[in-house]
Amino acid sequence: MNPPTPYYGLLAEFETPQAVLKATRRARREGYRVMDAYTPYPVRGLGAALDVPRTQVPFVVLAGGLVGAISGFFMQWWTMSRDYPFNVGGRPLNSWPVFIPIAFEVLILIASLSALFAVLFLNGLPRPHHPVFNVPRFTEASQTGFFLCIEALDPRFDPEATRQFLEGQGAKEILEVPHGAP
Amino acid sequence: MATDAPQFPTATAGTREPDGRPSYIAPGQTLRSITDQISALVLGRPTGMGWYASFAFSTLLLLLFMGVIAYLIAVGVGIWGIDIPVAWGFAITSFVWWIGIGHAGTLISAFLLLMHQKWRTSINRLAEAMTIFAVMCAGVFPLLHLGRPWFFYWLFPYSNTMGLWPQFRSALIWDVFAVSTYFTVSLIFWYIGMIPDLATLRDRATTRLARVGYGMAALGWRNSARHWERYEIAYLLLAGLATPLVVSVHSVVSSDFAMSNLPGWHETVFPPYFVAGAIFSGFAMVLVLAIILRKVYRLENFITVDHLDVMAKILLATSFLTSYGYMSEQFMSWYGADVVERYLYTNRLIGFGEYAVFTWIIVFCNVLAPQVLWSKRLRRNQPVLLTVSVIVLIGMWLERYMIITTSLHRDYLPSSWGMFHPTVWDILTYLSSIGLFLVMFLLFVRVAPLISMSELRGMVPGTHAHGEGR
Repeated sequence: MNPPTPYYGLLAEFETPQAVLKATRRARREGYRVMDAYTPYPVRGLGAALDVPRTQVPFVVLAGGLVGAISGFFMQWWTMSRDYPFNVGGRPLNSWPVFIPIAFEVLILIASLSALFAVLFLNGLPRPHHPVFNVPRFTEASQTGFFLCIEALDPRFDPEATRQFLEGQGAKEILEVPHGAP
Repeated sequence: MATDAPQFPTATAGTREPDGRPSYIAPGQTLRSITDQISALVLGRPTGMGWYASFAFSTLLLLLFMGVIAYLIAVGVGIWGIDIPVAWGFAITSFVWWIGIGHAGTLISAFLLLMHQKWRTSINRLAEAMTIFAVMCAGVFPLLHLGRPWFFYWLFPYSNTMGLWPQFRSALIWDVFAVSTYFTVSLIFWYIGMIPDLATLRDRATTRLARVGYGMAALGWRNSARHWERYEIAYLLLAGLATPLVVSVHSVVSSDFAMSNLPGWHETVFPPYFVAGAIFSGFAMVLVLAIILRKVYRLENFITVDHLDVMAKILLATSFLTSYGYMSEQFMSWYGADVVERYLYTNRLIGFGEYAVFTWIIVFCNVLAPQVLWSKRLRRNQPVLLTVSVIVLIGMWLERYMIITTSLHRDYLPSSWGMFHPTVWDILTYLSSIGLFLVMFLLFVRVAPLISMSELRGMVPGTHAHGEGR
């Protein structure tokens, strides 16, 4: 498969979170859309600057919690009052108050598993290989570096103009991100 | 222990922010210095003799634990001192003790996150690790106590040829669900929180084994701003789920007792009293670990004296909550009209032929000893704090022992009264379970980042373009 662009994008490294935030906002005002920022901790405002849509994670967790609570309760109701009715101390077969604790635990369990899988799935992880990893300097993204990558797929992308734009934002260094080992 | 890691200025005791606020990170830290110091603990620091010696000792304890379990499985629970009427002895005491210790970890990592308490940042990782390992130790005991541990899976609702289901109306089955959910959720929370740090270790690793190992564990995390958005929401939601969970777990554990109608167990105060006691003992364990680790691994820059100070305050506060439980129990037995219950609580206080001596040790350990923490000077004195914490850990073990033995040995019928005498196997099983905890913890400090680097970076002044905090 031949990638449609000669390289993945241009990666600019900045010294401070303020600089990468400013550059991202400017890039967006310039019309760039296919881009991402990489920072060693979550920087306030970067998501808004990249116009990241509201995440779906809470809805997945809510759905997981509802499924957990209903199935946890149903499991007890069905086994205790339908499949194997068993009189314990004259309590009603559907003695629902004592089914609440387990329904609650299953709610938490399924909701938490949903949160784990939602964040991994929506983030496209696990994905051990990605073009940005081809830049040796990118190891700093998990330590002290603040990066902005404008991808070549962006309709506004132009190898020269984009590079000049990033230089104008005070980038410490601008690196080409290759697609990967040929 | 020699180290080739770069040396950094160490905070002196009592360093304060200029405006007098407590300081939860030493001054002068940068993104670089945080990353260097914490990842050097795993990647740079050679495994010292102290670690090997501790690991050898802990492994011996763990081997003893496995040996004791093997003997138990071969012979049966008759090797323990349990009898009728005292059918719950050391095993259930140790179960409640271990699981209670775990609760402080979740409280620090989840509840304090929701409350925007920034001081959780440098201790949450090790507290969560403590939780997971403590729950592992806790889980062993009820299984051993089953008598036929190899049938433990009968506790789970699965379609079986016997056509039977677990009795969901029993608090003991609630426990199975509560503890297994608690373990799973704690593990998820711990792991999600660690992913960015594992990516840092991957990027700094110098050997291929470390690079591949941490790389696989980091799942290809690349610190993308788009990923951080979802990550932070998911982390917050998990904290919101873990907080009610931790309260529910010890409430369910207390229901094991309170749902019965045995004098001494049948108390409405039990759920909050148990949760408070759990947090109390858990904070004592976090303090023990934090004081030792910050000394051995020179973490004074990140776990400051102000951390110890604020945890000591929580220890004091939860000591009062637990004491309230003791007094409420005594008051209710006096205020109520039940002769048997009144006898039982009087017996707890003055039955020196039986277990009253434990009651008074508990009063010393859990009520009186923490009172020294009123003094700010003593809260910031590490040997004192360590001593108080160990006393509290002992006291909280004895508290559960008292609740179980005193209540069981004197029930409604004097003809069924008896005593519990622990055997050497009881004591060995409990003590050697500490080996499992220590082995896990020592492996953890050797391979995983001990402090959350990604969260600490957000604590460095000026790391946020606008606003503060995570």
